[in-house]
Formats: sequence, C-alpha cells, structure tokens
Amino acid sequence: MLETLIEPLQYGFMQRSLTIAVLVGIICAVVGSYLMVQRLALLGDAISHSVLPGLAIAFMIGINIFIGAFVAGLLSTVVINLIRTRSPIKEDAAMGIVFSAFFALGVTLITVIQKDTKIDLNHFLFGNILGVTVEEVRDTLIIALIVLTVVFLLYKELLFYTFDPLGAQAVGLPVNLLNLGLMMLIGLTIVASLKAVGVILVLSLLITPASTAYLLFTRLHEVMIGGVVIGVISSISGMYLSYFYNLPSGPAIVLVASGLFTLAFLFSPSQGILTHPVSNQNTPVLWREIKSLWK
Amino acid sequence: MISHRIVINSLSVNYRQLEALKNINLEILAGRVTGMIGPNGAGKSTLLKAMLGLIPARGGPILYNNQPLQDKLHLVAYVPQRSQIDWSYPATVWDVVMMGRVRKTGWFRRFSHVSRQKAIVALERVGMNELIDRPIGQLSGGQQQRVFLARSLTQEADIFCFDEPFVGVDQKTEFIIFEIFRELAEAGHIVLVVNHDLGESITNFDDLILLNQELIAYGDRTEVLQRSNMERAYGGNMNFFQESPNSKPNTPILY
Repeated sequence: MLETLIEPLQYGFMQRSLTIAVLVGIICAVVGSYLMVQRLALLGDAISHSVLPGLAIAFMIGINIFIGAFVAGLLSTVVINLIRTRSPIKEDAAMGIVFSAFFALGVTLITVIQKDTKIDLNHFLFGNILGVTVEEVRDTLIIALIVLTVVFLLYKELLFYTFDPLGAQAVGLPVNLLNLGLMMLIGLTIVASLKAVGVILVLSLLITPASTAYLLFTRLHEVMIGGVVIGVISSISGMYLSYFYNLPSGPAIVLVASGLFTLAFLFSPSQGILTHPVSNQNTPVLWREIKSLWK
Repeated sequence: MISHRIVINSLSVNYRQLEALKNINLEILAGRVTGMIGPNGAGKSTLLKAMLGLIPARGGPILYNNQPLQDKLHLVAYVPQRSQIDWSYPATVWDVVMMGRVRKTGWFRRFSHVSRQKAIVALERVGMNELIDRPIGQLSGGQQQRVFLARSLTQEADIFCFDEPFVGVDQKTEFIIFEIFRELAEAGHIVLVVNHDLGESITNFDDLILLNQELIAYGDRTEVLQRSNMERAYGGNMNFFQESPNSKPNTPILY
C-alpha cells in the first residue's frame, strides 16, 4: 500500500502537487481559524468567488494571475462596503450581489478566452492540483511565508482583537490596521489556494478543517495546529484521490475534509452528538431532527 | 498630590439621526468609585464608549490630566458588557487574562516572566487561580466577570472602565468586585462603572453620574440621589433605594 503511494512521487508534477497540498493545507487552516472565530465565513466565500474575473483578465493581459486574483478580491470588498454603507442594502445581500456578479463576469470571460487558448474553466472552478507549475509553487511558498510570519509576529494582538475588538480598541491597539492585515491575509490565502481547490470550494478548505479542530480543542493555537493537521491530511488525500481516480482535486479534497468533520461531529470527546446524546430517548438522532421541523 | 481626573467637554453623540447624548460636561476624579446611572436608553454605555473613542462623537477634546485621553489609551482598562463578548471563542481563563499584558509587552515580543507573574497574582486576587485552564464558555456569569476583572488588574492601568459588570452576577462575585473597586480607588486610580440598576449596591459608589440623554447631575452620591434629580431622570413614580439621613447606616428605606 505504501509503495502505491510513494511510487507516483518520483514524478515532478506529483512532487509539486504534494508541496502545494501541504502549503495550502497549512495556510488555509491558520487563516480559516480567524475567519471562523470572527464569523466571516460568508465573506470568505464572497471573496473567493469574486477573484475569478481577476484571474481571467490577468491571463488575458499576461500578468501573474495571482496578482489579478488579489486585485479582484480587494475590489470586491471595496464594492461590498460601498453598497453596504451608501444604500439601505444590508451586508449579506451586498455580498451576495457582488460575488455573484463578479463570478458571472469571470465565467463569461473565461468561456470566451477558452476558445482561443488551452485553459480549462473547470480547472479554475474546481482546482487542478496535479497541473501546478514551478512558478505557482514558488508564489505559493512566498505567500505561505508571509502569512505564517505575520500570524506568528502578531499572534497576541490578533488574539485580543478577534476576541474583544472593543477592548482592544480601548487599550489603543490599531484595530483598523489589524483588520486590514487580516483581510490581506485572507485574500492572499484564497489566491494561493485556487490551484489546489478551485474558486468554488476554497471556502471549505478554509473553514472545515478549522471547524473540525474547534470541536476537538479549546484554545486558538490548538485549533490552528489541529486545523493544519486535518487540512494537510485532506489536501494530500484529495491529491491522491485525484491522481488515482482522475477526479478534479477540489471536490476530492473537500470530501475528505468534510468526512473528517463528520467524524469529529459524531465522536468528539467533548461535543460529539453520539458521545453526548441530547436526551435518553430511543429514537435515532436524524429522525428526531426531521420530526422537530414540524413544531 | 496631583489629583488625576478625566474632563469631558460639551460631548454630544448622534446615533442614526437621534441625539443619544446632548452636551455632556463633567469631571471624573481619581480615588473615587464613580457610578453612571440612568434609565434604559439614557446613554450610559454610549457615554463610556464615546469617552474612550470607541464611537464617533462631537464636542471638545476628552482630557486626562490636561492631555488628550486618546494619547493615553494604554492607561485605560475597558471591560465591555458581557453580552457583547463571544463566549464560545476558543480561549481559556489564562488566555483572556494575558490579553491585559499585550500592550505592555509590545509588538513582536513574547510575554515575559514578569507578565505571567502579574497575571497569576491578579487571578488569585479574584479567586480564579484554580480555573486557569478552564475554557471561558464553561464559566458562570460571575466567573466570566471576574476573569475580565483580572484582565484589567493585570494591565496595571490608571483608568478602569466597566460596562454593566453586575448583570447576571452572583452575590459573592458582586462582593469581590466592589472590594476590588474600593482597593483600586484607594490606590489613586479612576474607577468608572456603568450600573444597570438602583438597588442597595448603589451605596458602594462614592460619586454618581446621573444621565438621561443629558447630564442631570453628577458628584457626590448623596447629593445626586436627591428626589428632584431622580424624578427629572426617571420621570415620575419609581422605586429606588434611598438612604435616610436620619437612620443608621445599613438600615435602608425604600420609597
């Protein structure tokens, strides 16, 4: 069994894929932990969908697609804020409007340029970890170094700010800068993860491993480290599934991550629903949940 | 001995076209336990937040010893209302208390041994040292409040601000908190507390600020608690704890 796993690693593309899987698993779990505790999962989803036109336009004018994606992500948050502050439209609707518009633009642009070039829309949407290039590994490594350095250096300030933003502001911490810094890290992480998981599902790699770890651990750094382990296992497993069964890498990674979440949800020592039943009734949990919809 | 004080000049706060606070002028003195009281919606929390620059406000600068308070925020320990905190956040008692040392430690540095020592001392003072590794979501209301109190003690601040610290808190905790307020005041600090009710505990305050969108009265507790002030603030029939000047202390008369 081990030989079947090791055998493909002699190929350059598998080595690159493995590197990306590890790097992306790490940074998504770390940054995703902040998204989770700040209840910004929806914003993460919006940004990741919004980067698609940036990828397309960058490709068309020949600049680094990471930069195009990053600019599009940034632009989308600016537009969301504009709609939210200058009109009666609330935050969730503003996000929905902007990300679907940007996403639609991206799909349209890629479909058009797809005719003349060899790019595949599905790779942008669902990931193509096996097709990662050396330049992309280099760029992802740079992003990972930036993300991890910032989180390490600013850990105690970010902990205070994400837990108690008013208290942090009252004590004189530059909360607007900290927030901006976090937004930048989120943007960079999303851009770095696009090749592995694709635009549609990158949110899952951000949120699911961190949430799984949240069911198992009690302190933020434990949740991050646990999330990293779970995220890396998910990425690598998804990569192998993609290789052996010719599946798109994004969905494969997400299915593994979601499976691990389900295990924690059912069996967590502190909060699993099977280890801590809500009541002593004999009816199965799922049936009880369905019945309660009628109340 | 210099008397430290916060001076608020002509402060006004608008909240979505409503005037939440109108032209507040007052002084808060060190060495006194100061309570902010008034009916629901009077603007008590708003005043506290505006004073600390947490919400936008109009008016003169807010001064601490004749310098802008905004430049001295590292001397301020602020404990927000418990309802505004996410208690499911993955943190332990220790994590929260150590947040009090973040500014003193400074950017890019790790917590020092001295910082940890101060945190332990603060936790012992509030009686929470046995629960250092307890996740905050598993604490009772009173325990949560004591953890925040320990955080503010660890900060070694000069100005202590508490927003409704006694909501949902047990008697023992309330006693500990007032004890610590008294110690902080006697050590020469400013202690400012937004209080949500007018029960017997009001006798623990030296000074009071009575608000209802405008400043009704401030100063010594017995002067502020005059019937005329209370009626202006609360408008008409209401019950509040009033100390009779002729009775012995601790024999309250309820009107």
